[in-house]
Amino acid sequence: MNGSAWLPLMVVGSALLPGLIIFGLPEEKMRLRTVLNLAGASAKIIFTGWMLWGVYHGYQYEIRVAFLPGLDLILRADSLSLLFIALSSVLWLLTTVYAIGYLEGSPHRSRFFGFFSLCVTSTSGVAMSGNLITFLLFYELLTLVTYPLVVHRGTEAARRAGQIYLAYTIFGGALLLLGTVWLYSITGTLEFSPQGILYSLDKTYYPALIAIFALLIAGLGVKAALVPLHGWLPEAMVAPAPVSALLHAVAVVKAGAFGIVRVVYDIYGIDFAAALGVTTPLAVLAAATILYGSLRALAQDNLKRRLAFSTVSQVSYIILGVAIVGPLATIGGVVHLVHQGLMKITLFFCAGNLAETLGIHKVREMNGVGQRMPWTMAAFTLGAFGMIGVPPVAGFISKWYLGLGALEAGEHWVIPVLIGSSLLNAAYFLPILHRAWFRDPPDSWPVIRDTTRDFGDKETAWALLLPPVITALLALFAGLLASAWFSPLEWVQLIAQRAFYHP
Amino acid sequence: MPTSLMAIDWGVIVILLPLSGGIVCVLWPAMSKPAGLITVIGVALAVAGLGWRIMENGAYRHAVGGWGAPLGIDLFADGLSLVMLVMTALVGLGISFYAKRYFSPRDAIRFWPIWLFLLAALNALFLSADIFNLYVTLEIIGLAAVALTALTGRIDALGGAMRYLLATLLGSLAYLLGVALLYHDAGSVDIATLAQRIEPNATVWAALGLMSTGLALKTALFPLSFWLPSAHASAPVPVSALLSALVVKTSFYILLRLWLEIFGAFAEGFSMLLGLLGAAAILWGSLQALRQTRIKLLVAYSTVAQIGYLFLIYPLASANNAMTAGIAAYLAFSHALAKSAMFLAAGNLMRFGGHDRIADLDRAVQRLPLTVAAFALAGVSIMGLPPSSGFVGKWLLLDAAISQGRWDLAAVMIIGGLLAAGYVFKVLGYAFTQAEAPHDAQAVPAGMQWAALLLAIGAILLGFMAPQIFALIHPDLTASADGAGTVWTA
Repeated sequence: MNGSAWLPLMVVGSALLPGLIIFGLPEEKMRLRTVLNLAGASAKIIFTGWMLWGVYHGYQYEIRVAFLPGLDLILRADSLSLLFIALSSVLWLLTTVYAIGYLEGSPHRSRFFGFFSLCVTSTSGVAMSGNLITFLLFYELLTLVTYPLVVHRGTEAARRAGQIYLAYTIFGGALLLLGTVWLYSITGTLEFSPQGILYSLDKTYYPALIAIFALLIAGLGVKAALVPLHGWLPEAMVAPAPVSALLHAVAVVKAGAFGIVRVVYDIYGIDFAAALGVTTPLAVLAAATILYGSLRALAQDNLKRRLAFSTVSQVSYIILGVAIVGPLATIGGVVHLVHQGLMKITLFFCAGNLAETLGIHKVREMNGVGQRMPWTMAAFTLGAFGMIGVPPVAGFISKWYLGLGALEAGEHWVIPVLIGSSLLNAAYFLPILHRAWFRDPPDSWPVIRDTTRDFGDKETAWALLLPPVITALLALFAGLLASAWFSPLEWVQLIAQRAFYHP
Repeated sequence: MPTSLMAIDWGVIVILLPLSGGIVCVLWPAMSKPAGLITVIGVALAVAGLGWRIMENGAYRHAVGGWGAPLGIDLFADGLSLVMLVMTALVGLGISFYAKRYFSPRDAIRFWPIWLFLLAALNALFLSADIFNLYVTLEIIGLAAVALTALTGRIDALGGAMRYLLATLLGSLAYLLGVALLYHDAGSVDIATLAQRIEPNATVWAALGLMSTGLALKTALFPLSFWLPSAHASAPVPVSALLSALVVKTSFYILLRLWLEIFGAFAEGFSMLLGLLGAAAILWGSLQALRQTRIKLLVAYSTVAQIGYLFLIYPLASANNAMTAGIAAYLAFSHALAKSAMFLAAGNLMRFGGHDRIADLDRAVQRLPLTVAAFALAGVSIMGLPPSSGFVGKWLLLDAAISQGRWDLAAVMIIGGLLAAGYVFKVLGYAFTQAEAPHDAQAVPAGMQWAALLLAIGAILLGFMAPQIFALIHPDLTASADGAGTVWTA
């Protein structure tokens, strides 16, 4: 009994159906909306668990539908897609809880949660795409359904941010489309396969393949916020906090990074890509992004913007790990997909709590906030330590494997980059922690605009507090128990084995 | 039961039913609304019946009055005609339900009879097998369309209609001259016969030039598109939708037929020219659309751009006629659904705010969600983003362009898509914000909102039906010059 073809469809449907129903719900049906959201998120976790069990035991889950002459839409669960799906299922549930608490009493929640679910739908689709055209379809869908979330507040600033977001992502989508069609016209297939689909091609195609690689990476690099295509990410910070959290940790930037993983491993094949000479430039670009993002983060006083530039930097660890040819670096890069997600969502949740409870938006307003909101700031501290790479938090594992992988592959220049970036991470996170824990709180907290919520002596609402505490603990345990059989690291080793073991 | 249904001559019904419906509307104006709706539904069912027979038996041919070609008039339908008929029936249904709520009683009694005559002519055109018959139907369509444009009698509508009338008459005249030349050269107006007899010579080249120019003018191919924006923007909303979605497709369809079966074999240089004009149309139309501050003009210029995509077919046509016809029909169908939805949504926004200034949409997203959703979904298809029929059409064109090394055309398509995203999201962005001078919302009937939304959903769903559409336009179901492929007669 393997649940066969329908399971991938059910994972996608578990987010799609509640989303479509929620669009039709009147604003005041809060309870029904909450039930639908949580039911969908729970169903997705159950289906994902089922598939994890199945894939671990060697079952295949795949469904195909004819889409174009000679091209199918394929949804397929392999070990890499399940890594991403598992991350998105867990974080969707937590973010839903958080968003319910965050948006309490604010207008247009049906629209918000509808698009929120569609966003998760497209992320699931991106994760389970079995070929590049299916990937493209969900990738573009993700652009479209995140737009209403970015402009959700309906202010002029939100509209502008939305236009910038679209200008970048639609341009990236166009490059990706061009690269995909070009690739298809050469190969006649777009199906992801473990050794790539290009190694048998004639040498005369190599220049074209390099150009296609550049197109695909540029298209995906927009969402993954590779420098110089990262400009939209800090602008999109006008979105409500749960959106930023999901965008940064799971949905948009991860879709880009995940796409790069797919293109390098399952379209080009890592060995072929290395032979083609495209991995080194990619690694250099990723390293440049890592340093640039950290440097820019240093100068930001706005907390969310600082976190945004930190995302620019951190997501490129994934790409760096992919671009260094070797199993250990692969492990470091791919596992960072999960680790960065857990840590970054924690930080964004906490930033949202500070803004929502005390009206704190700037780093310099954070003096002594640890005394007022100890749980929030404890979670924040764990997340920040993870980002810096302090053992035993998850981020350390990623950096450790990346460093080992670089040495294994003989790419010694990566080590100074990793060290430099960690120092920069420390330089922009530690002052925040120092302010929060060791300085005296001000007489009064900043005024909270347009919210009338008063939490009295309580730290904040439960729905706002639980999610960051849980994700912070997950980030801690992902590092602490990295060698346990259920850790992300173990699963990623399975994936790396598949990519580098040629039977 | 099935045998008795099989015996019905659906092709004739598809033409006669709207014709009789139109006459009923003229004779009993009070009845025009219900009579019109019943007729349109009946036509849709009859098209379904015809489609069923074509799928069972192959292409359809009916000799009217028992006189076969070349003496008499033949009705003929293959997969390509069928797709066009289905497109007309579905879009016509959507627009009819919209029109039911849109028109004041005074305008309604004018709208319904003319629209039903237009529908009869549209169906007759897609069922015609000879170039003279095509001329007759084309002329009726042109006149009916002009009458509909002028329906309200407002001064700007009359101006737009006048330009439109001159353009459409000039176009038909050029086409008719070409028909006369071909008849003189080959002694027939039947397409299948012509295809066997035509050899390229001076007369044929002249005919080709005249017919193509006339049809390009009627299809509003850039730079012959000067008449379209004013006519489409000044007409009543359901009429704009009919014009953009269906009427411009008729002249395109004739040109496509001529190319597939007669001219395509030798007019390669001309194909290149059509393709270049198409590319220019995409860029110019999109840039103009981007510059507009009013929704209806924006949508009208978007039509100019989208027509450009249709003409990229010609330079990219492959030896495989069925594939070429399939892509063309698919693009036309996709555009018809998306553009009609877009116009209807624009009409709702106008009724909602009392104006169509883009910058003052004033939170339409919250106050008119169904309509904004319709505009957005239609826009997704127009931009060619997945999942939508517009994406599939663009993919097929891009694939053809890159396989043939036409990087120039590929670049134009990509840029056109980016520009389209620019103008669609210009509208959507302002639908989220509050206007400087907020206004009260006027109620928009739910029927009008749903009509727009359903058409837009159709444009999205069509994106998943490409294999079915291409199966219809299979070589076996396509008319071929040498008479191959099964043809059955009634």
